[in-house]
Amino acid sequence: MSNIQGSLLDLGVMDQLARIDSPVHRLDPRAKILATLALIVAAVSFERHQIAALLPLMVFPIALGALGRIPAGIILRKLLLALPFVLFVGLFNPLFDRETVLRLGGIGISGGWLSFLSIMLRSALTLGTALVLLAVTGIPAIGAGLEKLGAPRAFVVQLLFLYRYLFVLGEEALRMTRARSQRSFNGRGTGLKATASLLGNLMLRTLDRAERIYTAMKARGFNGEVRLRRTLKITAADLAFTAGWSGFFVAARLWNLPRLLGDLVGGVAR
Amino acid sequence: MSHHIVQVEDLKYSYPDGTPALRGVSFRITHGEAVAIVGANGAGKSTLLLHLNGTIQPSAGTVRVGDYPITKATLNDVRRTVGMIFQNPDDQLFMPTAGDDVAFGPLNLGLPPEEVGARVDAALTQVGALHLRERPPYRLSGGEKRAVAIATVLAMHPSILVMDEPSSNLDPRARRMLIEQLKSFQHTKIIATHDLDLVLDVCPRTIIMLQGQVVADGRTSEVFTDLPLLERCHLEQPLCWSGRGR
Repeated sequence: MSNIQGSLLDLGVMDQLARIDSPVHRLDPRAKILATLALIVAAVSFERHQIAALLPLMVFPIALGALGRIPAGIILRKLLLALPFVLFVGLFNPLFDRETVLRLGGIGISGGWLSFLSIMLRSALTLGTALVLLAVTGIPAIGAGLEKLGAPRAFVVQLLFLYRYLFVLGEEALRMTRARSQRSFNGRGTGLKATASLLGNLMLRTLDRAERIYTAMKARGFNGEVRLRRTLKITAADLAFTAGWSGFFVAARLWNLPRLLGDLVGGVAR
Repeated sequence: MSHHIVQVEDLKYSYPDGTPALRGVSFRITHGEAVAIVGANGAGKSTLLLHLNGTIQPSAGTVRVGDYPITKATLNDVRRTVGMIFQNPDDQLFMPTAGDDVAFGPLNLGLPPEEVGARVDAALTQVGALHLRERPPYRLSGGEKRAVAIATVLAMHPSILVMDEPSSNLDPRARRMLIEQLKSFQHTKIIATHDLDLVLDVCPRTIIMLQGQVVADGRTSEVFTDLPLLERCHLEQPLCWSGRGR
């Protein structure tokens, strides 16, 4: 019960963060979306045993979050929620791929462990960046940006509706679970059966609501196309932002920056 | 101007499962009138309202708005003329911000962006909600949601306002503000409600429905004095008439 409330509050917090006024908040959403996409493509295109070479990419979400005054704790907490799922994706890699590819101080490290760590790192990187993007842009602006970038309208509208009614649905679920726990004693009434019928009920209510919303939309002249009002203007700063970061991602992908740095430092020391 | 006349003739409607909801409703509302539709739960008020902008097609009978009977061909004109404000503002506010939501109808009318912007501001100002323009709907109070929902309809410049329970779930002050606003609107108004004090303030004419039929249609001050009729329709006299009020 408190979980539902907590997650709703959390969503509200993300929304509040999107309202901060900072240089990165003021950037055109398209610039931020494209830079984030570039990072994701770069991150997933690395060879599967790579770890160190991925690290420079972390500069992007950290810089974006810091400039946007986004508290790191909020992003990290959300990241922790997602990582268990990723854990399962990579869990079997160490079992299947036992070939030793790296020796560190006499201990052999198998390719499986490396790729497992790489998967975890990539997930944290891409999810973290997406969360920071959300926090410095906000869903409505992301929707407008996606639409202007040519994303299918149905998809954009779906996203906006999901966002709008998540709160309504969440509150409804909260009220229902509250009403149930008021009349549940010693664990009776909170079992699987009651939960199933509660969820079914919630779905029926949602269908009803969807129909009422559609009626309200038709009453105001809806004919299948949602028109968004936002006008976006790309400035030189936006272009520089996207081009600069994309260039950095390409460089990080082509050259192993940590190794170059290491060689450089090593060379100077010698 | 026959423009803003709403004429309902022998309207019948049964739900898909065969339960009759309206059993021959007739009335005529002329330009600039404010009419309350009252009656017990399940008397058919909401079903009747849904006919007034063609959301539901009648099983028999006709609804005319202005010079048109409501048919598929006239639906767009009818919906431009009849502004419908639904009972639950959460169903009516579906866009990311209040301003976007008010812009939804005008954009669908194909108006140019500057005109849409002007209409959004004017409509929000009219309900005293201009400061809420950039807020997402879930950050609005019940009264604010109701005000914005009304603005979404005003921005389309309808001639007829149809409202389902406009004062439900409002605190007394928000309700009072709503009543003042309703009184200030020049539109033809059709209001379904249980709030008989609101009716007294806003609507000179009242139609009482009972089991899908009109059982009274007349001056509000007269209809509300027929105690046996009110009792039969699960209604009571307005609170301000009872006890201290009178």
